[in-house]
Amino acid sequence: MRECPYAMSYRNDPYDPKQVALLDPAALAEAVADATKAFEAAADPDALTALRSVHLGDRSPVSLARREIGALPPAAKSDAGKRVNEARRAIESAYAERAEVVEREQAERVLVEERVDVTLPYDRRPRGARHPLSTLMESISDLFVGMGYEVAEGPEVDLEWVNFDALNIPADHPARGLMDTFHIAPEGSGLVLRTHTSTVQTRTMLSRKPPIYVIVPGRVYRTDEIDATHSPVFHQAEGLVVDKGITMAHLRGTLDHFARAMFGPEAKTRWRPHYFPFTEPSAEFDVWFPEHRDGPQWVEWGGCGMVNPRVLRACGVDPEVYSGFAFGMGIDRTLMVRHGVSDIRHLFEGDVRFSRALGTGA
Amino acid sequence: MRVSVSWLREYVDLPADLPTGDLEQALVDLGIEVESVVDLAASVTGQLVVGEVREIEELTGFKKPIRFCRVDVGAANGTGEPQEIVCGARNFAVGDRVVVILPGGVLPGGFAIGARKTYGHNSAGMICSAKELGLGDDHSGIIVLGPDVTAKPGDDARPVVGLDDVVLDLEITPDRGYALSLRGLARELSHAFEVPLRDPALTPAPGGTETPAYPVEVRDTVGCDRFTARLVRGVDPTAPTPSWMAQRLVTAGIRSISLPVDITNYVMLELGQPMHAFDADRIVGPLVVRRAEAGEKLTTLDGVNRVLTADDMVICDDTGPISLAAVMGGETSEVVTGGTTNVLFEAAHWDPAMVGRTARRHKLFSEAAKRWERGVDPAVALVALERAVRLLTEHGGGTPSAEILDIDHVRPRTPISLPADLPTRRVGVEYPPARVVALLERVGCTVAQGADRLSEDPGAVGVASGVGTVLSVTPPTWRPDLTDPADLVEEVVRLDGYDKVPSVLPTAPPGRGLTPRQRRRRAVADSLAERGYVEVLAHPFVSPELADQLGLPADDPRRPAVRLANPLSEEEPLLRTTLLGPLLGTLKRNLGRGHRDLALYEIGAVFHPRVGAGSPPAMGVDRRPTDEEFAAADAVVPAQPVHVAVVLAGDIDPAGWWGPGRQAGWADAIEAARDVLAAAGIPDERVEVRATEHAPWHPGRCAELRVDDAVVGHAGELHPAVVAALELPRRTSAMELNLDTLPPTPVTPAPTVSGFPPALIDVALVVDDSVPAEQVRRALETGAGELLEDVRLFDVYSGAQLGEGRRSLAYKLTFRAPDRTLTVEEAVAARDAAVAVAAERLGATLRGA
Repeated sequence: MRECPYAMSYRNDPYDPKQVALLDPAALAEAVADATKAFEAAADPDALTALRSVHLGDRSPVSLARREIGALPPAAKSDAGKRVNEARRAIESAYAERAEVVEREQAERVLVEERVDVTLPYDRRPRGARHPLSTLMESISDLFVGMGYEVAEGPEVDLEWVNFDALNIPADHPARGLMDTFHIAPEGSGLVLRTHTSTVQTRTMLSRKPPIYVIVPGRVYRTDEIDATHSPVFHQAEGLVVDKGITMAHLRGTLDHFARAMFGPEAKTRWRPHYFPFTEPSAEFDVWFPEHRDGPQWVEWGGCGMVNPRVLRACGVDPEVYSGFAFGMGIDRTLMVRHGVSDIRHLFEGDVRFSRALGTGA
Repeated sequence: MRVSVSWLREYVDLPADLPTGDLEQALVDLGIEVESVVDLAASVTGQLVVGEVREIEELTGFKKPIRFCRVDVGAANGTGEPQEIVCGARNFAVGDRVVVILPGGVLPGGFAIGARKTYGHNSAGMICSAKELGLGDDHSGIIVLGPDVTAKPGDDARPVVGLDDVVLDLEITPDRGYALSLRGLARELSHAFEVPLRDPALTPAPGGTETPAYPVEVRDTVGCDRFTARLVRGVDPTAPTPSWMAQRLVTAGIRSISLPVDITNYVMLELGQPMHAFDADRIVGPLVVRRAEAGEKLTTLDGVNRVLTADDMVICDDTGPISLAAVMGGETSEVVTGGTTNVLFEAAHWDPAMVGRTARRHKLFSEAAKRWERGVDPAVALVALERAVRLLTEHGGGTPSAEILDIDHVRPRTPISLPADLPTRRVGVEYPPARVVALLERVGCTVAQGADRLSEDPGAVGVASGVGTVLSVTPPTWRPDLTDPADLVEEVVRLDGYDKVPSVLPTAPPGRGLTPRQRRRRAVADSLAERGYVEVLAHPFVSPELADQLGLPADDPRRPAVRLANPLSEEEPLLRTTLLGPLLGTLKRNLGRGHRDLALYEIGAVFHPRVGAGSPPAMGVDRRPTDEEFAAADAVVPAQPVHVAVVLAGDIDPAGWWGPGRQAGWADAIEAARDVLAAAGIPDERVEVRATEHAPWHPGRCAELRVDDAVVGHAGELHPAVVAALELPRRTSAMELNLDTLPPTPVTPAPTVSGFPPALIDVALVVDDSVPAEQVRRALETGAGELLEDVRLFDVYSGAQLGEGRRSLAYKLTFRAPDRTLTVEEAVAARDAAVAVAAERLGATLRGA
């Protein structure tokens, strides 16, 4: 046990005047002064807490002084009690004040000590990505679904009849030769890798009755050697509407809306008469793209027209009652124009840098 | 089709100062694609002038003879003195007029002309050849202007050599054969500029005579419904092709061969009628036009010996076939340059479908075949014959026969019934009937008022309908493409202008939105991307060796593959039966580019052939196939389920300043599969993971994923042999699921979320190594009953104290009641029940017990 400087009244003998020296006002004032000074010297909450028992504990001067009150004559007790209480309150208050200071300082010190370099790279979970063509096909689908269309799909290997004959492309027609077609072995299989998403026109009209409003995003194939602008595999989105009273004006309205959704509010379309066996009249359409990386310009976008009545008939739709329009455009090309992609190979090589950079923006 | 504007102007009065941009726009608006417009005047810059050769000094002592010339270029050089030019050509003499480019000029190809010292003399400028001016391939000598040229020395030489012209390169769509001629193009431009057309087909031509020009028998009048011919005797065999004609042929990309042949090509360009010139003296006996006999042989002009089929048409003489009709002539009867004096011109009309098949079969896409396939005017044959005969007698002399052969089986066109309001109803622009008639007449149709009829389409938008006028429209002979009312509608809107069609958004009926299948595919794709996988879209072509590299057993259903008849690469003729082949190829490409830590995925179709399905039944197009017919055809189409696959290599958690990384492995692949199933909306309790052996996976590290007890896919680490065969990094892992086999997404009942505190109890169970953790979990779940909220395996331990072949699985069990705070006794009882079932089913013992 540590030697207490005020231990002179360790043995309490009630009527010994020497034993009430601690109640002396000067002694009490000294105890308060000592405590306050000690508290001020405490640098942190732990050091301060350790001083509490010294100055306010059972063996502290003020506590020992309180014990001496009993030795006083009754008339002096009240006075001495007040003195002791005042001294104790003064010490407690000094403790509390100091505690607040050291705790605040301590908290501030912790914040400084816990500082980190927030610029350290934090790439513990590498980011994944959708393919930009996928997201573009989804946003095209969403645009048309928002107009009440349905997203229709069909097989990539399909019947020649579906890909050609039903679309008014007879076997001996030069238009069939223009589409560089992958044929499925053996010869006479009657199967091809679809050369356009128009196969789904055929299948949709065969499988349901008008009104038909469908959008068909999908993968198509032509025997093009791979270079910067050609790929044997590419993607199209095809729209088909068959209803009563459908006109070319409806086709233009739809394409204008589509163009603005893809290329901004200033976009518009321009038509050039063209030939497609499955539409009559037919047109190729360009879109005005103000944000083109080489400056505002017309960009070739796709083909369109009024569904040829021969196609309607082959698919079981009465051309005397219904008319329709169809349009198709290259999704790869749309992506390349919109995002300034110079080489179509980037779309199919699967380099993670390409998809990560573009994969969420299309 | 390449033509010069000056030639077009011979048939149509285009505005005198028409900017080429306006011309181009007019063609585009007519539906004729303009590939390029070349202003020849701009192709040579600086002074290109006519010069007259005054002196020639022959220089010797060089490797080849060289001439030093003094050429009078008038005042063009500023001095009036003769220009001194060194020239390597020798085909000119003093007094000849030539084409000179003066210093400062630039020839096509950026070849700048200056004054320099060469062969010991100063040479200031150049005397030009046709090739140097970009006027053809003739580089045998310099251009010597003919006596008919009136230009003086110093005059601009451009108009003299045709360098003041504009050349159009046009792309003609396959329906409009008539536009592959000057006649057709001029007609189209006359519509655009509303200017008069001088139709060269209106040239008067004598008709056929009683006596034929040459004995001909047409045995197949379907394949050949018209055959005309005329003979010209005593032609000068050495007569050259006039330069203007040769020039126009060269511009069109046709080589100049001999006067008679050049004339047939020239008339083809002018009128659209392909022709043939025979050397009459090389034909033996009468001509017969018939189908070939299968196996018959003919050596065509290109020197190829061709074996014919019964579908080809041939022209024969007594020796057999001498011409592959409509496509290419034969060697034995061809006009011989310098040797032919008696020329038999033929202008016929052939069945377009027959010509198309023959051209494709023999891969002979001649200029003639191109026109036949796209349609030739059957009415123009005699005019073409007359034109050819006149050109030949004018430039080669000779006497035309009085006899003209004309075997004509052409059937007249039947009129098309066109409701006068159909263009309005289809286009959405109000076309009064008079306007419709006027536009159709402008393209050459004959329009008569047909019978009135009740409109069958009273629902047209914004158009007054009801009783409508029906027009009876007979298209002109040169428009075989106009067969249907819709074709006439296109002519109306095309001539009136596509730009006049208004923009109206149609109103669709309420839609169903995306289908559950489409939504599921998106959810799966998004979930993998959020998990750090990068989506790729690989080409589906694979090699036959892939199945071996993947170690697929002989009877594996992924071995039979759809094969392409004409693959781009002979090495990859098959379509994928698993996504893994192309996906692993993409992985390797990324590795090759220096990426080490990779997680890729693809969602796409795989292709399984219908083995033994045979060919689909033939179906016509004049009516809808019946459901049975189409179902029978559809049954031949390969199954094409949509799969999802991931591949992983390197670290899935990279190393960094935070500590070491973690290599991707079998567990990540299985986790990806489970994530996919969760994203697809399949509840965990319906998913089971079982150990299995399945190529191309490691037999000890392969899981099969089951939903409702049906296998939907596999996941794990790839077989080391596969990794070696495909040269992949060690421990490459993968998973593949068939999304199309997943059951529909159920409506999941909501759980009861209890607000009472849980009771957590850990148990460590010791089981044999062979007992799958999945079974232990299921046993605990079964035994613990309803109070169990969660089972979590937090430690797997094996060590000597457990004994050989044993391992300890430590689980944290969370118990909770929906309606009360559980007592310790309740929780312990549930735990004991759980352990009891594990002990009973799997021989599990509590560790330490």
